Amino acid sequence: MKITRKDVESVALLSRLEMDEAAMDKFTGQLNSILEYVDMLSKVDTEGVEPTAHVLNLKNVLRADAVKPSLPRELALSNAPEQEDGYFKVPKIMEG
Amino acid sequence: MAYEVVIGLEVHTELKTESKIFCGCSTKFGADQNTNVCPVCLGLPGVLPVFNTKVLEFAVRTGLALNCEILPFSKFDRKNYYYPDLPKNFQTSQYDLPIAVNGYLDIEVNGETRRINITRVHMEEDAGKLVHAGSITKSEYALVDYNRTGVPLLEIVSEPDIRSADEAKAYLEKLKAILQYIDVSDCKMEEGSLRCDANISLRPAGATYLGTKSELKNLNSFKAVQRGLEYEVLRQTEVLEEGGKVVQETRTWDEGRGITASMRSKEQAHDYRYFPEPDLVPIVVDPVWIEDIRKKLPELPDARRARLINDHNLSSYDAGMITSSRAMADYFDNTLKAGADAKTAANWLMGEVSKHLNLSNCEVEDCPVTPEKLVELTKLLDKGTISGKIAKTVFEEMWSSGKDAATIVKEQGLVQISDEGAIIAVIEAVIAANPQSVADFQAGKDRAIGFLVGQVMKQTKGRANPEVVNKLLRERM
Repeated sequence: MKITRKDVESVALLSRLEMDEAAMDKFTGQLNSILEYVDMLSKVDTEGVEPTAHVLNLKNVLRADAVKPSLPRELALSNAPEQEDGYFKVPKIMEG
Repeated sequence: MAYEVVIGLEVHTELKTESKIFCGCSTKFGADQNTNVCPVCLGLPGVLPVFNTKVLEFAVRTGLALNCEILPFSKFDRKNYYYPDLPKNFQTSQYDLPIAVNGYLDIEVNGETRRINITRVHMEEDAGKLVHAGSITKSEYALVDYNRTGVPLLEIVSEPDIRSADEAKAYLEKLKAILQYIDVSDCKMEEGSLRCDANISLRPAGATYLGTKSELKNLNSFKAVQRGLEYEVLRQTEVLEEGGKVVQETRTWDEGRGITASMRSKEQAHDYRYFPEPDLVPIVVDPVWIEDIRKKLPELPDARRARLINDHNLSSYDAGMITSSRAMADYFDNTLKAGADAKTAANWLMGEVSKHLNLSNCEVEDCPVTPEKLVELTKLLDKGTISGKIAKTVFEEMWSSGKDAATIVKEQGLVQISDEGAIIAVIEAVIAANPQSVADFQAGKDRAIGFLVGQVMKQTKGRANPEVVNKLLRERM
């Protein structure tokens, strides 16, 4: 699979990353060489091998349904770029 | 052209656990904004989620109650999208290996039973709540409360098997009843613990392909589900009849205006780039545990309804109404335990009890007249101690004062008069005062007796036994 310039634009948009033309070209090239390298894996015979869901050989790590103290609100909001009235304040979402 | 309506519902239900799905914050509704939050649900760097056992149990119970197959191996995935209600920019959800698949539930609409298949039930975390200054499209900024972030949710997805707005409503009502019976969710639509999105499309009658759908959001009540879908059927029919094409889009139901409107979001396309959640390990459910949960499932609405029809001779309609909520069905069963006759109890439940619950906007759990007290009242009626009309008055008094029936009857002197001597005196006075009605009756107008009975009842303040009055009046005339 070849990564096109359009793919990079679309991933950048989805990730909210702003980049100039030169960066777009650079990433298109780099992403392609990464994918080519990883493509080696497709040569491995995986017949009868279950897909890996997790790299650790663990299952069912669970906790009991018990309430623990939450953060004080001032602390929870302390890293927010903007806040108002105990809320996190964010830019508008929908286009009018 | 005749069109067939094709609807699939995606229902989200908040599970009634004490703590959130991946952290120990409380799930309590209505707390002050951003007070039930911690580094895990705020998505701060370096934290690790740990899965709540109760969520798994509730999910398995729900899957079983919806006739699903429980997958022995299940996992979480990240659903990536940028929206400020998710502090992590992804929602921890399930993608290709949900906890339960391939179920169904049966609904009844206009006397016809239809099976609606359920594609899947998966576990995920709820998102935060956005507060907009003014309307969602016009406000310049939004305020975010993350209390709800991480509250455990089940998403229950139906196949596109629903064929009308009425069926959609029936499906949702049935689903709600089941979720309440198995005690996994409050299902309060007004508090958002039961939410519904609908995919709806039209196709020419008889076609097997799917038409272009619109996705309806903001259906916040059963009425909204029904009205929103009815509107959308009309809108899409109009578009198609004018030779146009339905646009695939998300639309929001505007309750005030009674219409659906297109929602344009900044996100270009839904491209969630799901991948396995590396912070959570897979879930492998023990079949023995699944069977244990299955054995402990309570009697579900359909079975309960069948029992009321078969064992207690209730009509299909009455049994359906009574079992539509677990609390109502429990109330009914408790009246039986207290020695009620099933039909009598059903009549009271569907009549006076429901009427008063509606009038005072009260849930049956909080009904001031307990099943035991109601049975005492019906027994006074059966024994002939009070008349049917007086029984309703006594019920009202029981509702408002909390006193039991016998006390009220005694205090207010409401005992039915069946003593013929006492009734004859009143009858003679009524006959003397209404010669015209007596003459009418004697001339063959049978209806005239109704008026005379009424007069006797009035003079005895409703306490005379109507049967005795009727018999004695006829004898005297």
